[in-house]
Amino acid sequence: MRKVHGFLRKRISLRLTLFIVNSIVFFLALCLMRYATSPCYAQTISSTDLINHAREYDGKTVVYTGEVIGDIMKRGEFAWLNVNDGLNAIGIWTSLSQIKDLTATGGYKRIGDEVEVTGVFHRACPEHGGDLDIHAQALRKLAAGRRLQERLNIDEIRFVIILLGILGAVWILTLLGKK
Amino acid sequence: MILKPRLKEAKAIGYYLGKIIFGLSLTMLIPILFGLATREVNPALDFFVGMEISLLFGLILTKLCYTEQDLNWMQGMIVVSLSWIAAMVLGAIPLYLSRHYGSFLDTCFETMSGFTTTGLTLVQDLDHLSYTHNLWRHLGPFIGGQGIAIVALSFFVKGTSGAFKIYVGEAREEKLLPNVVHTSRFIWAISIAYLILGTLALGAVGIQIGMRPGNSFFHGACVFMAGFDTAGFAPQSQNILYYHSLLFEVVTIVIMILGALNFNFHYQVWAGNRKEALKNIETRAFFISVTLLFFITAIGLSKFGVYQKAIVLFRKGFFQLISGHTTTGYMTVYSQQFINEWGDLALFALICAMALGGCICSTAGGIKMLRIGIIFKALLEDIKRIILPEQAIVVQKFHHIKEIFLEDKQVRGALLITISYIVLYGLGAAIGIFFGYPFLNSLFESTSAAANVGLSCGVTSPGMPIALKITYIIQMWAGRLEFISIFTLIGFFVAAVKGKK
Repeated sequence: MRKVHGFLRKRISLRLTLFIVNSIVFFLALCLMRYATSPCYAQTISSTDLINHAREYDGKTVVYTGEVIGDIMKRGEFAWLNVNDGLNAIGIWTSLSQIKDLTATGGYKRIGDEVEVTGVFHRACPEHGGDLDIHAQALRKLAAGRRLQERLNIDEIRFVIILLGILGAVWILTLLGKK
Repeated sequence: MILKPRLKEAKAIGYYLGKIIFGLSLTMLIPILFGLATREVNPALDFFVGMEISLLFGLILTKLCYTEQDLNWMQGMIVVSLSWIAAMVLGAIPLYLSRHYGSFLDTCFETMSGFTTTGLTLVQDLDHLSYTHNLWRHLGPFIGGQGIAIVALSFFVKGTSGAFKIYVGEAREEKLLPNVVHTSRFIWAISIAYLILGTLALGAVGIQIGMRPGNSFFHGACVFMAGFDTAGFAPQSQNILYYHSLLFEVVTIVIMILGALNFNFHYQVWAGNRKEALKNIETRAFFISVTLLFFITAIGLSKFGVYQKAIVLFRKGFFQLISGHTTTGYMTVYSQQFINEWGDLALFALICAMALGGCICSTAGGIKMLRIGIIFKALLEDIKRIILPEQAIVVQKFHHIKEIFLEDKQVRGALLITISYIVLYGLGAAIGIFFGYPFLNSLFESTSAAANVGLSCGVTSPGMPIALKITYIIQMWAGRLEFISIFTLIGFFVAAVKGKK
């Protein structure tokens, strides 16, 4: 009888220990999930949304897509990109290794590379003088930029010539009028 | 009894207006040459069209209204008022052809904003605008800052005594040199000297922060022109935030302050009279006002926890305050952030800074420091009168280039213009509220337009009501010319309708 009792006690204490260990592991896993990473917004967020709800997104990982415009400004091992999603442009702080593939930036004669940036959004970045920016963790080129061919506007050239003719005629008339 | 204006008077106005349009059209040669040099042929064509139409108008007006008569005060004021309207419409043509604006009204808004050195913008997709059009956007403030009419007259008309009336009509009261044409040319000489220095400084900073050399000097020239002339336009949609650089911001702050100082003060300092900086009522008033308003801004920003670090608070808060106070309008935050994050107290300080403005005889707008100084001195005089015995003779003096005794006439003039500005700020705000914008947003934007600042809290956009666009255009125009020319124009039209022959 004593043997049976001892066996049962051992099994119960073993199960209890396993239960407690499992609970602790589960609790720790939950804690890690809550605190080790900030919530990530898997869907692309527009610049207007980020600017208008900057406090809400501050410190969160966001996904932002748009066209690289202007200059890629290298600063040591890092660089600033300005990425325009068609509504606003937002500064992206990124490592040089992440932008190796970028070849074109947008301007009058060019459409810049389209990129997807995954990174931490800052409403007022303490590292960069309070700028609203995104620190890129990953940067993916979605589409290559291209050069825009400027076609000569023939209609406008005609208009310029007609206006020049009228101007010349008026000028001659004023000269004749003086005489 | 109001007399109907005679045809002779209208002809003199038309003739000088034609001359000014003629002069303005020639300034379009700069973007044309630049466009051809940078192989932006279509944008250069846009300026050909603009220049030809302007030349045509100028030529017809000077021919039809030819006169040898000089301008009287009333005609001078009317020429000034009309020349700014003409510049707005004709200067808008090339920008409209760029297809970066929703309507011709939006383009007129842009050119009036540029010429009046305001800096509110309705451009769409600025990041893809051609260099040529962008140059014109920034050239506008550089021309308008010195005064459109006086620019044209000092370079294209010889020996006109009417030039002084136009000089005064464009809200300039002080002559640096005995001749107004020489004064105007000196102002141009100062501006061009600073343009070269400023472009080199900003271009060098641009290269240092990683921009392409060509781009950095182009940006340098543009940011200088819009900064020194307190306009606040920038070549990219993010304004100064685009550069992500403290050094760039510091250089820009220096340029904005230089632009907001009296040209007469520049002249004195260039002539070796450096003590003027410490004694002048305007520089003193500006220093006190900036210190006080920054203190309020800092309290407001820290109260709402907008910036966690003190150095960050100083960088953002001070830049925006200087930008507002000098009436430049450069931004290192997004417009929506003002309303969403800055809090009412900091915004109140910023609105006050915008309303007060820079110095007279500068490119800055707003009520201006000399008037604030005079009103404050008058207040001190009155307090002294109350405190001291009745027999005491109270005399108040102030230093502005020289020692000046305070007179009632000066106080009256300062108060009249101050009240006019306050009414203009209020009227614009009321119209904004009428269209459904909140009070603070409406007041912020209205003050920004009327004081020729250019900071925006998000009201100014291509989608805003047409009536509000027109309101802001009128505010920018009236604010830049400081009312007198516009009152005269209104009077002229009233006389034309109701006057007796």
